Amino acid sequence: MKLARDTWLIFQRQTLLLLRNPVWIFVGVFQPVMYLLLFAPLLKPALAPMGATSDAEVYRVFVPGLLVLIAIFGGLFQGFGLIAELRAGVIERSRVTPVSRLALLLGRSMRDVVSLLVQAVIITVLALPFGLRVHVADLLLAYLLLALIALMTSAVSYGVALLVKSEDALAPLMNTVAQPVLLLSGILLPLAFAPAWLRRVADWNPFSWAVDGTRALFAGDVGNDAVWQGLLITVMLAALAVVWAARAFARSVR
Amino acid sequence: MIETKGLRKSFRSRQGRETKTVDAVRGVDLVVEPGEIFGFLGPNGAGKTTTLRMLATLIAPDGGEATVAGADLRKDPAEVRRRIGYVAQGGSTWDEVTAREELVLHARMYGIGKAEAHARAARALAAFQLTEYADRKCKTYSGGQRRRVDIALGIIHEPKIVFLDEPTTGLDPQSRAHMWDEIRRLRAEGMTVFITTHYLDEADALCDRISIMDHGRIVAEGTPAELKREISGDVVTVGLSRAATPTAAQLLDTQPYVAKLETLDEGGLRLFVDEGATAIPQILRTLDGSSIDLTSIELHRPSLDDVFLTKTGRSLRES
Ligand SMILES: Nc1ncnc2c1ncn2[C@@H]1O[C@H](COP(=O)(O)OP(=O)(O)OP(=O)(O)O)[C@@H](O)[C@H]1O
Ligand SMILES: [Mg+2]
Repeated sequence: MKLARDTWLIFQRQTLLLLRNPVWIFVGVFQPVMYLLLFAPLLKPALAPMGATSDAEVYRVFVPGLLVLIAIFGGLFQGFGLIAELRAGVIERSRVTPVSRLALLLGRSMRDVVSLLVQAVIITVLALPFGLRVHVADLLLAYLLLALIALMTSAVSYGVALLVKSEDALAPLMNTVAQPVLLLSGILLPLAFAPAWLRRVADWNPFSWAVDGTRALFAGDVGNDAVWQGLLITVMLAALAVVWAARAFARSVR
Repeated sequence: MIETKGLRKSFRSRQGRETKTVDAVRGVDLVVEPGEIFGFLGPNGAGKTTTLRMLATLIAPDGGEATVAGADLRKDPAEVRRRIGYVAQGGSTWDEVTAREELVLHARMYGIGKAEAHARAARALAAFQLTEYADRKCKTYSGGQRRRVDIALGIIHEPKIVFLDEPTTGLDPQSRAHMWDEIRRLRAEGMTVFITTHYLDEADALCDRISIMDHGRIVAEGTPAELKREISGDVVTVGLSRAATPTAAQLLDTQPYVAKLETLDEGGLRLFVDEGATAIPQILRTLDGSSIDLTSIELHRPSLDDVFLTKTGRSLRES
C-alpha cells in the first residue's frame, strides 16, 4: 500500500513537470505525427511486394512498427531527465526520506508509460482516416505490449543514468543500444524479405518478437503465437529491468 | 542524539587508467547531545559532507558504528530516515515547481496526509519568510530564498535532528544573520541541529559545541570557549614579506617569551605568547637588531583559527 501511495506521489510530480514543459509535449506529439503523415506514404511502394497495396494494409503494417519505435526510443531517452534531477539534488533529497526506492523508479516509469499511451492513442486515431481498422480488444492488448516495452526501456535508461551520471556518457550508450535494436527488429520494414542470416540474428532481438506480436494484433490475429510469445518476453524483461533499476535507486548515488 | 565510533569511508575514483583511493573519513568518534547546535568546522575536502551523508543513510560507511536519534545506522537505516532531516550542500529543488508544491510533496514523502502537509507547508513558508514567493517557481528565487526553501524542506516533518550542510554559504551578511536566528529558533523548539561550516565566526557564534575536522579526522572538540582556552595567553601576528619570514622565524623562535611560533603561508608569523602587552616591545627590539622590515604587528585574543593552526599546523583562512 505504501508502495502504491509513494508511486502515485512521484508519478504526480513527474507528470506535473512534464506538463510544465511545453517543448516536450510539442516534440512528443508532433514527431510521431510527422512519421505518420510523411513517412508512411513513402512505404507504400516498398511494401507492395508483400501484398500490402491499399492504404489500409500499409498502415496496418506501419502503425504497429511506429508505435513500438516510439515506445523504445521514448523510454531509452528518459534517463536524461534523471541526470538533470541528480544534478539538482532532488534525487538525494528523495533518498533521505523513507519513500520507497521502488516507487522512485515506478513513479517515473509510469509517467513514461502514460505519456506513451497518449501518443499511441493520438497516432491510432490519426491513422483511422487512412483506413486503419483494428478491434478494440486487440488494440488494448497491443497497448499493453507497448506499455511493457516503455516500462522496460525507461527503467533501463534510468538505471544506466544512475550508473554513468552524465549526459555525455548516456547519449552514445543509448544510441549504440538503440541502433541495432531498431535495425534488427523489423520496426520500420518487416523482416519477411530479409536474408535468412539476418532473420536468425533478429530472432535474438526481443523487440523483434514484440513487433511481430503487435503487428499480429493489428492484423486481428490474436491467436498468432507471436502475440503470447511477445507478451511473455516483454513481461520478463520488463520485470528484470525494474528490479535492476530500483536497486540502482537504493544504492548510493552521486 | 548521535554517537559514532570509528566511522570510516574511502572513495575510489578513476583518473585515466589509475584508480586512486581517497580516504575521505578515517575514524570519526562523535557524541552529539540532544537540543544542541553542533558544528563541524573544517577546510574544503576535510570530510564533513561525507560524514553527514553517512549519518543520513545516503552512503554506507566502510567501517565503524553509529546510532542516530536512537536508531542503529547499519541495522535500521529506514528508522534513521524517519527521524532525521537532511539539507544537502548543493540545492535540492526542481526549477519548475513552486516552494509550496515542494514542501507539500516532501511532507507527503514522509507519509504525512494531504491536508496536514498543506498546513505544515503554510506554517513553514511563514516561518522562513517565504510566503510572498510561495507560489512562484523555484527557478525565479534568489540564492538566499532557495537556501531557505532547502532548509524548510529539511524540517517539514519535524525531525528530532536536522543535518545542515553549509547552510549559510553564499548568503549575504544580512541573510546569514537571519539564518542564524532561524537555526537558533529550531534549537529553541527542541530540535538538535548538526551544521557544517568553514566560517570561523559562524562556528564561534552559533554553535554550542564544535568538532574541528581535518583530513578525515577530528583534531579537536569542545565548546568554542573551551577550545580557545586551551591556548593560554595572547596571539601576536607579525606581517612580513615572504622572503623575510624564515630569517625572522629563526630569530624569534629562540626567544624565551615566545611559547609557540607558526609560519603563515602568505608570509608572516603568528606567535603565541603569555602576555601580549610586554611581548610586542620585545619582538620589535629583536627584529630591530637585524635588517628585517616588518609591515604590521597585531595583538589579539586566541580565535578558533588559532586553535586550528595549533592542531594542524595550517591556518583555516589559508586553506
Ligand atoms: N563520491 C566521491 N567520489 C570520490 N571522492 C569523493 C566523493 N565524495 C567525496 N570525495 C572526496 O572525499 C574528500 C572529502 O570530501 P567531502 O565532500 O566530505 O569534504 P567537505 O569537508 O564536505 O568539503 P567542503 O568544505 O568542500 O564541502 C574529498 O577529497 C573529496 O574529493
Ligand atoms: Mg562539504
